[in-house]
Amino acid sequence: MTGDETTAHYFKAKQSLPEFYMYRFIFKRLGLLIPTLLGVITLVFFMLALSPGEPARVILGERANKEAVEKMNAELGLDKPMHVQYVIYLKKVVQLDFGKSIKTGQSVIDEIKARFPATIELAIFSMILASVLGIFVGVISATKRYSFWDYASMFGALFGVSMPVFWLGLVLIIIFSVNLNLLPTGGRMDIRYYFTPITNFYVLDGIIHIFKTGDPKVLGSALTHLILPAVTLGTIPLAIIARITRSSMLEVLKQDYIKTARATGMSEKKVIFKYALRNALLPVITVIGLQFGMLLAGAILTETIFAWPGIGKWLYHAIESRDFPAVQGGIIVISTCFVVINLFVDLLYSVINPRIRTE
Amino acid sequence: MNPIKIFKAGSDAETRAAESIWYENWLLLKKNRSAMFGLYIIIFFVFLAVFAPVVAPFDPYLQNIDLRKMTYFSWPYILGTDDFGRDILSRIIYGSRISLVIGFFAVSISLVFGSLVGLISGFYGGWFDRIAMRVIDIMLAFPYILLTIVIVALLGPTLLNAMIAIGIARLPQYTRIMRASVLAEKEAEYVEAERSLGVGNLELMFMSILPNCLAPIIVQATLGVGSAIIESAALSFLGLGAQPPTPEWGLMIASAREFVSNAWWIVTFPGIAIVLVVLGFNLLGDGIRDVLDPRLKD
Repeated sequence: MTGDETTAHYFKAKQSLPEFYMYRFIFKRLGLLIPTLLGVITLVFFMLALSPGEPARVILGERANKEAVEKMNAELGLDKPMHVQYVIYLKKVVQLDFGKSIKTGQSVIDEIKARFPATIELAIFSMILASVLGIFVGVISATKRYSFWDYASMFGALFGVSMPVFWLGLVLIIIFSVNLNLLPTGGRMDIRYYFTPITNFYVLDGIIHIFKTGDPKVLGSALTHLILPAVTLGTIPLAIIARITRSSMLEVLKQDYIKTARATGMSEKKVIFKYALRNALLPVITVIGLQFGMLLAGAILTETIFAWPGIGKWLYHAIESRDFPAVQGGIIVISTCFVVINLFVDLLYSVINPRIRTE
Repeated sequence: MNPIKIFKAGSDAETRAAESIWYENWLLLKKNRSAMFGLYIIIFFVFLAVFAPVVAPFDPYLQNIDLRKMTYFSWPYILGTDDFGRDILSRIIYGSRISLVIGFFAVSISLVFGSLVGLISGFYGGWFDRIAMRVIDIMLAFPYILLTIVIVALLGPTLLNAMIAIGIARLPQYTRIMRASVLAEKEAEYVEAERSLGVGNLELMFMSILPNCLAPIIVQATLGVGSAIIESAALSFLGLGAQPPTPEWGLMIASAREFVSNAWWIVTFPGIAIVLVVLGFNLLGDGIRDVLDPRLKD
């Protein structure tokens, strides 16, 4: 008998085996988090440390003389052996210190903090849009299978995943900004409005602004600036969610308990929304979570097109100018969020679907 | 039973059986109209790519200052001209060469290396498996778009590096799929039977198990070509892939960005080409999945 089995027996005696498996699963997944993050930090550090191009030259310019470069290297700690640099870096990262941006001279973590709300705001709005519409389309498609609506929406979903995000963004700008003149082409706020952001989530700030001054213009501007980027960023998740919802719904509708529910004479609406959809949502929730993690990074293209001052656009410019500390910090922060979101999705899934834990 | 189960090709009868299974799958695929539509789109673009010099009405690099930003349908420039007076249609036709090559090349990298690692990992297990899976976990901890951009930024912004970056960033998916199939297949009775007949590990791995694990990999690869084409266009759009004046679709869109207000067609048409070709691969990939793995079909 292994240790696991003994404990299992003990718990079984107390009739709480499911909980035992759940906690074991949670601890197992949490235990994987730290080595993964350590791996991410290590990979990012060495990838950039071993890449060509000297940060000192980036700061001082190509013509800087050797002494100046050496002095700068010593200042940046780049004259030490690689493994020493690595240990120093690791110690700093644990304290959330990613050093100073070479380009701006500001602390990297402060720059990230200033830009993250913009990206999160955009990602949340895209995800709300994609989830609500995607589930709606998926449910209708599944319940009206093989109808015109089903074919049209599934072709639409396929079209959605086949589109380059950056192209979609530009086409939306051409239609809604240039030709119809309805929505702004980029940015987060009309520059004419003077207001001081408090939370840096402009929609939230807009609401606060209404309470303070009674002026709804700031909120309006924040929302109109959000529409096009959110649609652009949300299209692919929307398509994926619609497809998953449809196939999951079809799977559930085949089950016996749906037949039973129908046999009781319950209305079709109730069968679908109360019984089928609830069970069909399990995989959908997982996909929504994973897509949300993806969006935080995927926003690079959307943010670049719509001049959205988020972390994606910032990171892209950091990569472009070989601003090593900024690139390292940005990648580590984004990947950490990504990993933590994925872990959270996993755990959530195991809580709502106990079957997965015992595997 | 899985229709793609192929037994070790030894005798003639076995070879014929294997052939007929693939033939049977092809017949099934042929009945799937949307998959065939996808295949026709792909064939069309392959045709354009191969015969680009014959099909394209103009030299894609030929600039003409007098004919800048001609609108669409201005004969003989069917899709108009760009800001250098180059024919957009010709550039799109030549662009199909680049996009298809990148798509296939990038997928080949992840397909070959990813599957190989997955095969060895799944078959032998042990320390190799543990290390490989740790590395794969770490790679999957990066959102792959980010991973691609970082790799290409480190290697330097060229088309070749973009292909390599896309290939590396997508590799973990293939490893995971292959490993999972190998783990399941390893326990099958035919493997045990062959092992008891004294068949060596390598032969068992490549001749018996590998063919039976190909179905999900083929599906992944077909869909993967489409996403690789989008990603390479995205990299070029960000200035991290093809460099001017290459007629690459993403780059064409990027360089026309500033003209969205007065020459929308320069941005729009290359994008339509991308959508079409990717749609082709997605339709075909979905169709192949339905044939090879009916369980996944809804």
